[in-house]
Amino acid sequence: MSFWLFVGPFVAGLLIFSYLPIIWSLVLSFFEAYNTVTPSKFVGLQNYIDMLTDHNFLSSLGTFTIFAVFIVPLTFVLSLALALLVNQVKIARAFFRSVFFLPTACSYVVASLIWKLSIFNGVRFGLANTVLGWFGADGIAWLSTVDPPWYWIPLVTVRLWLQLGFYMILFIAGLQRISPTLYEAAYVDGAKPGWQVFRYITLPQLRATSVAVLILNLIAAYQAFDEFYNLIGNQNYGRPPLVYLYNISLGSIQDLGHGSAGALILAVIIMIVTLLQSRIFGFGKAGD
Amino acid sequence: MSATERTSGTPQPIGFSRSPLGVVGMVGRWIALFVAVVLFLLPFYLIVRNALSTEADITAPDWTLFPKDLQWGNISELFNDTQVPMARAMYNSAVVGVLGTAGQLLLASMAGYGLARIPYRHADKIFYAIVATLMIPAAVTFIPSFIVVSSLGWVSTLRGLIIPTLFSGFAAFLFRQYFLGFPKELEEAARVDGAGYFGVFWRIVVPNSLPFFAALAAITFIGNWNSFLWPLVIGQDSSSWTVQVAMSTFVTAQTINIHELFMAVAVSILPLVLIFAFLQRYLIQGVTQSGIKD
Repeated sequence: MSFWLFVGPFVAGLLIFSYLPIIWSLVLSFFEAYNTVTPSKFVGLQNYIDMLTDHNFLSSLGTFTIFAVFIVPLTFVLSLALALLVNQVKIARAFFRSVFFLPTACSYVVASLIWKLSIFNGVRFGLANTVLGWFGADGIAWLSTVDPPWYWIPLVTVRLWLQLGFYMILFIAGLQRISPTLYEAAYVDGAKPGWQVFRYITLPQLRATSVAVLILNLIAAYQAFDEFYNLIGNQNYGRPPLVYLYNISLGSIQDLGHGSAGALILAVIIMIVTLLQSRIFGFGKAGD
Repeated sequence: MSATERTSGTPQPIGFSRSPLGVVGMVGRWIALFVAVVLFLLPFYLIVRNALSTEADITAPDWTLFPKDLQWGNISELFNDTQVPMARAMYNSAVVGVLGTAGQLLLASMAGYGLARIPYRHADKIFYAIVATLMIPAAVTFIPSFIVVSSLGWVSTLRGLIIPTLFSGFAAFLFRQYFLGFPKELEEAARVDGAGYFGVFWRIVVPNSLPFFAALAAITFIGNWNSFLWPLVIGQDSSSWTVQVAMSTFVTAQTINIHELFMAVAVSILPLVLIFAFLQRYLIQGVTQSGIKD
């Protein structure tokens, strides 16, 4: 049967490495499982109750929420602004597009190291503190100051640098799909170029792209791990859900029961939020 | 691009298309662009500066714009540092990047072609079972996947790094959509000549789809090379560290010098800078194709 010759290997792998882990994890979330992947003692819903009343887990969800409130709107506005700028420039457009897209070549680890050791280094030789020094201001311990929470500045800017170019490319593709006749019609009808055209032609035409950017961005923010792990580590502040789950399930005590329960709670939250967001924006609505 | 310039027929101001805000707006946009370019290139400047500096240059109280004597010896210092297996890590990353990308494209393209072209009673159900995995947020699955991989005994092995990442429902989905739009006439001509699905796929479909493969390959390779969480989970022994894990461990090591670490950063992004230099067209296609799911 040639269908299975083509699809079989993939489906087999998917069963072993996607479906089986989820099922196994679901089973394990009802058991006590310290340093083992075999279910040992059945505890019912206790792992879930523990996680939902765990102050650290709840505060990690709070950390995520603060992060999303900053990163999602900033990414949306700035990547759209870059796309509009690059799209309107006549000289060296490819150069500008490449410059903004280039950070995509860097990993979160690389960017975190630059941010932590060179830009936001708390000692005097960090670039940010050097610049503050030029203005006579005192240096700041960027990553360890909790009050005021300066650590958000490196955390948010590192992700902006890494991902703006990616979303800019999506917006540029969206802009280029808009039919020029719409702009011609608007011009003939006397619409003022600038804000009016942007508000009534460009933005509505970018609807599908905008929804995709918002959803992709929010899902990515939920799964933030790399930069938090490398910039902050396992502290009581600036710790998003994945860093916390990583530490309880793969840290010194491998508590895979609670880890599984936490991962499944997080998965359900992400799916609900994604569905709500799609519903609100009417993803897939006719005419998009 | 505004269309007004075409209908109005006025001469173009330099640089931007006809600006509604006049000269002030145009200057403002150039300033915004210039500031953005500086900010975006700043981290790259820091990589080059720090990688080629002495430690004293970096930690000096006054900012050194660029090292007077470029320290190319930092490269050999990095690769001779016994505390960090950088050469091994580069090798591991290369194997993971190449095999991971090739394997994922092979499996997903065949699955996508089968789903798009080969009639089968339950094809719909299989397709839904694949798409359903897209609903599960990828990063949340690291604990479940670790459970399976560790019971297979694959922790700290290249197998463990590569094989679980090969089965991308999203890639299979993209290939299916792409093959649905592939010109059927090409395939039918070959089938008349007696080729089976296998022959048609390898001799007609794949050779005529190379730009699509290149686009997905570029983006998959970058994703594999830069991935961190899964290699961190699996790489419990330093012999199986990828470059990303090695660099991350580097920071927490007490002995680390900043110049050495930045040389590691420079070395680690080199392969990707090459991809950007030569395959950027495919890369941008890949982003556009995989970024929007429709």
